[in-house]
This record gives sequence, C-alpha cells and structure tokens, in this order.
Amino acid sequence: MAAHLSYGRVNLNVLREAVRRELREFLDKCAGSKAIVWDEYLTGPFGLIAQYSLLKEHEVEKMFTLKASRLPAADVKNIIFFVRPRLELMDIIAENVLSEDRRGPARDFHILFVPRRSLLCEQRLKDLGVLGSFIHREEYSLDLIPFDGDLLSMESEGAFKECYLESDQTCLYHAAKGLMTLQALYGTIPQIFGKGECARQVANMMIRMKREFTGSQNSVFPVFDNLLLLDRNVDLLTPLATQLTYEGLIDEIYGIQNSYVKLPPEKFAPKKQGDGGKDLPTEAKKLQLNSAEELYAEIRDKNFNAVGSVLSKKAKVISAAFEERHNAKTVGEIKQFVSQLPHMQAARGSLANHTSIAELIKDVTTSEDFFDKLTVEQEFMSGIDTDKVNGYIEDCIAQKHSLIKVLRLVCLQSVCNSGLKQKVLDYYKREILQTYGYEHILTLHNLEKAGLLKPQIGGRNNYPTIRKTLRLWMDDVNEQNPTDISYVYSGYAPLSVRLAQLLARPGWRSIEEVLRILPGPHFEERQPLPTGLQKKRQPGENRVTLIFFLGGVTFAEVAALRFLSQLEDGGTEYVIATTKLMNGATWMESLMEKLV
Amino acid sequence: MDCYTANWNPLGDSAFYRKYELYSMDWDLKEELRDCLVAAAPYGGPIALLRNPWRKEKPASVRPVLDIYSASGMPLASLPWKSGPVVSLGWSAEEELLCVQEDGVVLVYGLHGDFRRHFSMGNEVLQNRVLDARIFHTEFGSGVAILTGAHRFTLSANVGDLKLRRMPEVPGLQSAPSCWTTLCQDRVAHVLLAVGPDLYLLDHAACSTVTPPGLAPGVSSFLQMAVSFTYRHLALFTDTGYIWMGTASLKEKLCEFNCNIRAPPKQMVWCSRPRSKEKAVVVAWEKRLMVVGDAPESIQFVLDEDSYLVPELDGVRIFSRSTHEFLHEVPVASEEIFKIASMAPGALLLEAQKEYEKESQKADEYLREIQELGQLTQAVQQCIEAAGHEHRPDMQKSLLRAASFGKCFLDRFPPDGFVRMCQDLRVLNAIRDYHIGIPLTYSQYKQLTIQVLLDRLVLRRLYPLAIQICEYLRLPEVQGVSRILAHWACYKVQQKDVSDEDVARAINQKLGDTPGVSYSDIAARAYGCGRTELAIKLLEYEPRSGEQVPLLLKMKRSKLALSKAIESGDTDLVFTVLLHLKNELNRGDFFMTLRNQPMALSLYRQRIEGRVAALQTAADAFYKAKNEFAAKATEDQMRLLRLQRRLEDELGGQFLDLSLHDTVTTLILGGHNKRAEQLARDFRIPDKRLWWLKLTALAALEDWEELEKFSKSKKSPIGYLPFVEICMKQHNKYEAKKYASRVGPEQKVKALLLVGDVAQAADVAIERRNEAELSLVLSHCTGATDGVTADKIQRARAQAQKK
Repeated sequence: MAAHLSYGRVNLNVLREAVRRELREFLDKCAGSKAIVWDEYLTGPFGLIAQYSLLKEHEVEKMFTLKASRLPAADVKNIIFFVRPRLELMDIIAENVLSEDRRGPARDFHILFVPRRSLLCEQRLKDLGVLGSFIHREEYSLDLIPFDGDLLSMESEGAFKECYLESDQTCLYHAAKGLMTLQALYGTIPQIFGKGECARQVANMMIRMKREFTGSQNSVFPVFDNLLLLDRNVDLLTPLATQLTYEGLIDEIYGIQNSYVKLPPEKFAPKKQGDGGKDLPTEAKKLQLNSAEELYAEIRDKNFNAVGSVLSKKAKVISAAFEERHNAKTVGEIKQFVSQLPHMQAARGSLANHTSIAELIKDVTTSEDFFDKLTVEQEFMSGIDTDKVNGYIEDCIAQKHSLIKVLRLVCLQSVCNSGLKQKVLDYYKREILQTYGYEHILTLHNLEKAGLLKPQIGGRNNYPTIRKTLRLWMDDVNEQNPTDISYVYSGYAPLSVRLAQLLARPGWRSIEEVLRILPGPHFEERQPLPTGLQKKRQPGENRVTLIFFLGGVTFAEVAALRFLSQLEDGGTEYVIATTKLMNGATWMESLMEKLV
Repeated sequence: MDCYTANWNPLGDSAFYRKYELYSMDWDLKEELRDCLVAAAPYGGPIALLRNPWRKEKPASVRPVLDIYSASGMPLASLPWKSGPVVSLGWSAEEELLCVQEDGVVLVYGLHGDFRRHFSMGNEVLQNRVLDARIFHTEFGSGVAILTGAHRFTLSANVGDLKLRRMPEVPGLQSAPSCWTTLCQDRVAHVLLAVGPDLYLLDHAACSTVTPPGLAPGVSSFLQMAVSFTYRHLALFTDTGYIWMGTASLKEKLCEFNCNIRAPPKQMVWCSRPRSKEKAVVVAWEKRLMVVGDAPESIQFVLDEDSYLVPELDGVRIFSRSTHEFLHEVPVASEEIFKIASMAPGALLLEAQKEYEKESQKADEYLREIQELGQLTQAVQQCIEAAGHEHRPDMQKSLLRAASFGKCFLDRFPPDGFVRMCQDLRVLNAIRDYHIGIPLTYSQYKQLTIQVLLDRLVLRRLYPLAIQICEYLRLPEVQGVSRILAHWACYKVQQKDVSDEDVARAINQKLGDTPGVSYSDIAARAYGCGRTELAIKLLEYEPRSGEQVPLLLKMKRSKLALSKAIESGDTDLVFTVLLHLKNELNRGDFFMTLRNQPMALSLYRQRIEGRVAALQTAADAFYKAKNEFAAKATEDQMRLLRLQRRLEDELGGQFLDLSLHDTVTTLILGGHNKRAEQLARDFRIPDKRLWWLKLTALAALEDWEELEKFSKSKKSPIGYLPFVEICMKQHNKYEAKKYASRVGPEQKVKALLLVGDVAQAADVAIERRNEAELSLVLSHCTGATDGVTADKIQRARAQAQKK
C-alpha cells in the first residue's frame, strides 16, 4: 500500500494495486529465477508502481540496464526485457540475444512492452531473426501512473511534440486506453468536456473503445462526475511562465523526476560538532516528494513567499513539543511522550530538509537576475510592451544566457501578443542563430510549428481580450492567504485552470467568444449510465472532475487546481491526469532538435 | 414404486447394476449393425455408420453410404462414399468424424457430413496398407493409431497438431497381433499388443515385454483387451474364457473372472463410475451380455438383437436396431434411498414427503426419526444428489420434492445446491429429448461442462435451444448468447442462396450491438466462403479496429484498411497497414495513397523510413521558398562557414562550427580586434550585443586599458552598469569605480552599492527620493561602519513622510 495515494476523494491505490497485480501475473508466467533488462527510461515510472522488493518476491535476482553488445553474466533461467516499443531498442535487444545465444546454458527470453505491444517492433525483431527466441511477448499497459492522491501521469516525454508537431497520435491512443482502464476501475464517467483538437480525438477514441469493450464492462458506481480534456496548445502560456509555488520552484530549479528530486548535498550535511566538515557528502541528496510527508503536503502548493512563515511556525511547534519532555513528570506522561517521539523526529527531519530546500531556493529567487526575469514575464503577461523587442531578452542573448531561458521568454512574448510582428520575430531569430548557432534553426522551426513562436496574423492581438474575459491577470494578489488561483504565479491565473474553473461555474456558455479564439473545438459528450448506477448527490457533496492535460501540466497548475478543490464553496474536487509532468524548461528541451 | 429396483442387478455384495432405456430407435436401419462400420462418440455423441463396407466377400455393387445419426437415431447426414476403402471410423473430441482409409489417408467430416480436411498417416502406409486403426482421446485431443500391413504401428497423439510417431518394431512379429489397444500413461500414448501368449508394450523409444501380475496359467492367446475410459484400468480376455482385470500400468491385479466361454467376444468395455470402488467389465457376444467384476457370479443379459457398446465415463451405452440403453452401476445416493428396506436418511425423507402428501401423520414420525439422528441435512443432500442420477423426470421430481420438503425444517441450509440441481436437470432433460438426442448423465454433463455442451448444440445447429439454455442459466453474454449468435452468423454466411445484402442485414438485425460478438470472425468466415463483398459489409459493423484492419488487408482492401486504422487512432495499426502497403504497391502509388492521409504520411516519415526527422524538417523549411528568413539565414551560415575556414587557414585555431557570436568572441580573445569589428559589421551584429560581447571578452582578457578605451569610443548603448558588474566579477574594484560614476541616475545606486560605496549610494538615493532605493541601501548598511549613513537615511525618510 502506498498511503499517500488514498488520501483523496478517489482512492488511486486501487489503480496501483491493479497494475501491480498485472505485473505479478506476468512475472509468474516466467517460472524460475529471472533477470530484468531495463529500458532505462522505464525505471523511474516503475519505481512508483513496484519497488525492488516486489520484483524480488517473484524471483527477480538481477537487474541490468539495456545496453548494446552483450548482457552481463547472470545465473538465471529467464531474461526479461522491459522496454518501450522503440525500434532502436529492438536492435539492441537483438544484439543482446544473439550474443547470449553463443555462450552458456540456454535461457528463456521474454519481452514486456510498456505500454503497448507493437507490430512494428515485432516485425523488426523478426527481420533481425530473434523473434522466435522470445517465449512470452506481452504488453504491460502502464498508461497512467499514480503519482499522488490526486495526480496521475503517463510520463510520456515526447507527448507534446508527437501530438502537435508530428501528428503522431500514439500517445493520445494510450491516453484514451488509460482513461478506459480508469473507467473500468472507477466507473463510467457520465460527462466528457473538452477543448482542443487532441481532446476531440481522445474523446472520439474513448467512445470507439467503449463500443469495442461493450459486454466486458463491469458495473461500478461512477466515482468521477466529469472528465475535462484539455489540449496543451489551448494554453501555451502557462508553462512558459516561471512557477512560483514551492513545488513549482523546486521543479524549475532542480527538476523533479518521478516524484524524486536531486539536490546539492552541502546544505544537507549532518551538522555535527567537531567533524570540521571533513567529509562533506559529494553525492546529490535524493528526496522523494509527495503528500505522504505531512509538512510537504502542507507547503508544496503555497506561493514560495508564504512558505517561510509556515516553516518558522512549524519549527516553533516542534521545539515546543520537544520541550514537553521537561513537563513530563509521571511515568505515564513520559511514556506518552516517548510514544510520540518517532513522529516528532520524523517531523523534525522533514522540517530540516525543507528548511534547507527553501534556503537553496531563496538563494535563487533573491538574485537580481531572477527578479529581472520575473519582472519581464509579468510585464508580458499583463500586456505591457509585448509588441517590441525587449531589452532584457536582448541582454540575455548578448550575455549568452541559457538558450532555454531565452526561448521561454521569447515564446512568452509571442504568446502574450498573439504572435510577434514579423520584424521583431526575425530580429529575435537572427539574434538567436548568430549567438547560439545556426543549427537552432530547426528548433525555431519546431516552435513556430507548435504555435509558440509565430508571426502575428492579420495584425490582431487577441491576448488582451482573453486576458480580460478570463481575468488572467490579477493585480491584487494575496500570496499568504490566497483568494484566487492567480497566487501560483503571483498575479497570473493559469488559463487552463481558469477554463476548468469557469466550466464548473457558471459553465462555458458564458465564455463562448473566448473559446472560439482559443485553438481547437470545444465539445461535450455524455456517456449514458444504466439507471442503477446513476448518482444521487447528497446536498453539499462535491463533484469530482478528472481533468486531463494532453501535452503536459505544470506543478503550479496542479497547485491551482488543488486550491480550487479546497475552496469551501468550490463545489468541485479535481483529480489531475496528464501525459507528462513538466515545466517550461523541460518542455522547451523536448521541442529542441537534437543534432546527431 | 415398490418395483423400482426391479431392474437392479446385484454384482457381489455391494454393488448393483441397472440398465434402462434411453430411446427406442427409429432409424430404419436396412442392414444389420454387424455389416457396418460403426462409430459412436462418447458423451452421448452422434453415431456414424458406413454401410456396405468392403470387408464383405462379394464386391459391392452399390456405392457405400455414410450415415450419421444422433444418439436417438435422428438422421443428421447421409452421403455416398466416394473415396477409397475405409478401415475404421471414429469421432474426435470436437465431434469430427475421422475416417481412416486403407491407404492411410484420414478424411475428416463434420457432424453434418461436410468435408473438413484430410491428412495422411505417412508414406509408408501407401504400400503396406492399413490393417486396423483406432481413434483415441487424450488430454491433448484426439489421436489416431494405425497398424500397417508390415505390422508396424504409427500414431499421432493429436490430430489437431499432426505429429506422426512411428512406433518401434516388435521383434520377430510375423503376423498381426490378436488384439491391441492404445494406452495413455504420463501424458504419453503407448500401444499394448498381444501376440500369442505374449504382451508387448510399445512406447516411442522401445518395445518391452510385459506380464500381467497374477495371470492364470494356461493362456495361449489373448482375444480381447479393454482400457477404461480414463486409461486407468485394463482388462484382458484370454482364449481360456478367463478375464484378467488390473491397472493399466500392469503393476497390480484387481480381480479375475472365469466365464468359461471360449468364443471371442465381439466387444469388451469397462463399466465403472468415477470414484467408485467397484470395477466391472461388460463383455458382449452375439447373443449375450455379461457384466463381470470382483464377484463369483456375473450378471447376464440376453441380447435379442445385434448390439453395439459405447463406453462412457460412468457406464456403457448399448444400442441396437430398435433400442438405445444405458447400463451403469447404481450410484451410492440412489442405492441408499431406493434399496429395499433402507433406513438411510434420504430414504426416510422420501417416505416422509410421500406421507405428507397423503396428509398422513406418519410424515411427522419419519421426519422426527431423521431429526433425532441429526441427519436431516444429509437426507436433503442425498435426495438432491439422487435426483441428479435419475433419468426419469417423475423420479427427479419426487426426489427434489422430498429435498425441498426436508429443507423447510432446516435453518440456514444453503440453497445453491438445490437450485443448481434443478437448473442442471432442466438442461439435461431438454437435451435428452428425443429430437435433440444427447443422452448425457449428470456426471458426464459435469465433466463435459456447460461451455462444451453449448458448443455441441451449436455444432448441431440447435441455436435457439442453446440460446434458451444460456438465458435460463443466466450465463454472461460474452460466453453465452453472443457466442452462439456469432456461430449462427458464421453458419448464416455460408448460405449461398441468399444475397449479400440480405445476409448482412439479417445478421445485423439479430446481433445488433450484442456485446462480445466478433463481426470480424463472421466476416472471416464469409471471406473463407469466397464472399468478399459480404465480408466487407459485415466488417462495417465491427467496432474493434484491431480485428477489422488485418482482415481488410487480407482481403486486399488496403486503402479501406488504412482509413480504418487511422480512424482508430492506434498508430501501431497504421504502421502495420503502411508496411503492408509499401510491399504491395510501387513507390509512386504508395505515396499517392498516402497523399490524402497526412497523418499516415508523417508517421511513415517519422518511423518507417528511418530518415533523420531533423533533416526532413530542415528540408521542409527550405522547401518553402517563401520563407525568406530561412533562406537568408542559410545564406548567412554558408558565408560564415567560408569565413571560418579562411580564419582557420590564416590564424590557425578552431573556428568551424562556432556560432557567429562565438567566432567574434574568439577573435577578440585572440587579439584580432580589427577582424572582429569587420565580422560584426559584415553580419550586422546589433550594437548592443556587440558591446556586451566586447565587454565580456575584454574583461575575460583583463585588458582593462582596451576596455576603458572601448568604453570611451562612444556612448555605451547598454549603459555603464554592465561595466561595473563585469569588473566586480573579475574582482577589480578599482576599474569598477571608474565606471560607477558614469552610470546613469536610474542605476547609479545599484552601481555604487556594487562597488561598496554605501555612503555615496545613500546620498544619491536621498536625492532621488526613491523609497525602494533607500531600503536597498539600508539593507546594505552593516554594523557600526555605516551607522552614520543609516541614520542619514532614516532622517531623510522621516522628512519625506512629513511632506
């Protein structure tokens, strides 16, 4: 059991258990000792589903990373490849298998495709003459991985690029499959809303698949009331801005991967007197971040400026609790105190960690450059000077700041101006090419194709209309005790979340005009339920909406949705699903063309 | 009811055998059974007769006829035999008729006489002919064993997955064995054969002589042998009229019997119930039937007619021209209840219920008697169980009524057993009906399972009955009704006299969106019958593209397949079609097809062609001739490359692949300021960036003199704060101070603070009356040294507030 998954309205442990069961069943099919050869990319997501102990229980004795040439020696009966269905991986597997065949005792080979078996890959294995070597060739449909009590992700890195640049629907298909799995476990979702081209396609696939699966559906009382499918390209703006929540900043600065973050170790050195700091840890400090940690659950979604006060308050509470020991007089009191010790110590450890992290982040956020960058971002988002070349961006280029930072800012400007004037656009592009190199013309081309960096068409700037109608910019933002989602960006309210908020109340009909400006169709579908499964809502009971971001979601958006869930008169609780948890930097990186 | 046990025959002390009629046959047989090749399938299966076989002395003038009947004698098929002489007939587990011909070819027919396929038992047989053949059943399926004219055995353990195994030779075998059979031990099929007084066991490696333990002396030949239904027991009939019964492993003897009849029996089969201790063998001669077991006496029946024995799981079926009977050991529950003067709880309960119906107070007495012994639960269970073993519905009813009566006096008796038995009996009675003719016993039915039974009904095209059973038993649609409808549809598409439209419409009407129906299976069948158009029509109804697309490809409707695959969103499916298309079409047509499917085209480029996607993107960029920017950028890049090459030649060092910016920087770092300027001018590097660039490069060189010169060359487009910053970065406070004074008023405070001149910074801030700057300076005031300054600021603030 992973406790943090069962906190929310929807118990996502059910999903986790279901996928674990599937994994166990597969492992048991291959009788005897096993070695797993991992597609390295999969180890992270798998870690959230099954720890090594589970594998070990099923006789997994060795684990290797998939590499060219031969496999390391292992005295096992079965060798199982856990891979994504990629052709280049098939070549490596074939090489592994062929070199293995020539030596030692015969092994049984198996292959587990995650998340889907692919005919193309099997064809490649066949062409390489090794297809017959595999006894079990199966698929493990690990589409949506539970990250937290209200958060699911497919962790499909290239999703945005595939969908919006390469018109490759594979990950949409997987998203639809994942939604079907969810519906099998949590009941049919009676209403589907969507905005965007990909959302439309996913909804269509779901309806199709529902027809395919008729008869095999079990009747489960529906847990979700609504599904909202949102294309990332409906809201290109939000991920470009710097996230200002605690979790968002950790991700922006250090990068959170599969709920783990690696931090510089210096701040975490155990403070012991007399040590003289002779052996500072050199290996990065790895921490898991999820709501299982009480303190983190409390502060993760706060604006970073509000984190400090919580931490100091916590510190007081904890030291007060430790002081209690002096008041404990009777044996009973002492016993009670001791029984609370482990919890208190854990809380103290957690506090120490987060204080260190907050210090690390503060070093960055108080730097002048961070401030300047934020100022420019906020100017753009509030619509100031978006139509001319920005001095700060120019300086960044001139000083050769990281290309990702520059691209993020330029794209932000372009999006906040519904595209840049041709002259301005060409100037930026030329500057970037001259400074960072001609090869980035491909990246620029990608950004243009994705609509992130484009010339303004018809000389009309729609952004102010959108900003005003959806109230994207809030001047009076309260970072400490927020009243509106705009706190996550200290002023800017994420467009995507605003759409969700308006859908819940008063409904999209009120913003038809803006919806028409945003790309892609918006739609509503109903999935009829048998009368026995229709829900009778108790008065005051909140609706549960599953919101699926096709193309990625940021932690700040997640935080904003959690904020809406917690509003007392909100009426809607959200469970968030996405193709990838991302931030502006990882997003830009996925769009950059890597040169061979 | 007193005479209910009249047909019970005791064998020894503990067991009874009874024989009752299943059907009276009205199949109007012209010939005697003995003139025909006969094969009857187990589990109440069909009977095949091949009349007029070739073994007759005089060559037949009439063509032989193959007839297939149900167990009740209803004709299912009749067809003239056009192939060669047949040695043996047999039914497979799937109820397919296997006809083993003399030349070793095995022809396979369906239940309705439809030819399915054929296979050969090996080339060797061609010359040697087949002398004898057996069809046998194992857990893998049905097998065929043949004895060739060369006295060699060949067998295949599973005709579905034909692997012929030639058994080793029996040393010194000159004539055909007197009798033989196949055994199945440890999942391997063996052959046991008798030659004179010797028994040989053939496995696939060797031939070994075996001796049954405790065999009576004086045997010079074995006339018959029989293996039980489960391959566990073996019976041998010798020329001395002696019967040996033991385990099939020949390790243990169970019993023996001497019947003193030396004539070879026509048939000998086992008759035993699963899990019963009693073992008995039924031996049939022309006019006599004998049940022998572990008892000094045997049970004898007279056969009025030529009869044929069919071994079953729990008894023996015996059919003749006029009747079809079942002979079995009376099950324990029935015996307990019906045995004369039985005091078993079930018997008392049955009696109690009868008295109750008569409204007699004896009912209470009986009931009390059972209850006092605390055996009511047992009594109810006994009655339920016995009902299952009764063939006659009236007996079933009276037993169930008794069980139901007893149940009333029990607290919390789980009802499922009773309900299930009622349901099962209803199903059994329905299929035992004369028109259906599947005389399954309860034990056989449970062994066979409802799924297989439904398959068999489907095989007999009894779709309505099958559907009724599914609905009655409330089977899940996918396993039940849908599956049967699908079978019906598969049958329907074979009706060639109906037009495609009508068939498709009829099928869709009946099946609709019934869950779990695979339209693609039906379409595949239609395609198999050569009705491609019908198949395509049916595929339209198929919701699963994963099933639809491969069949469309098979039918060479690639374009339709492509659009269906794209519709489904399953990219893997799209690839499959693309690969297929690529092989099928020439390159031109291929791309023409893809032209209208942009998604497919882009997928093709991404994955299949393996072309570096980057190149493609670049090519796209260039292709757009209108994209002036790209063209210009490319031109610039080419110019830069040429220049870089020249620089490398003239100056040495590494220039290629650097960006323009880095090239200029490198030039400055190398002291080639002139060239750098030239390059910047050529490529029109904006002033601001050039200043930044030079500033950074010169500071890196720590060429402060040149930097100062540069700063004075004209008014800096980037201001002077960067100069201060960069000098401080290189820890040159002296130089930094030079520039601090030149910084514009907006940034002056920042610059002064950078160089550490807090006092002056305070002055500027106060002068500018800028609150933010004041706080900034204040935050830089440290301890005692800046105390004066801090006070000054506080004063200025207070003053500002007053105003």
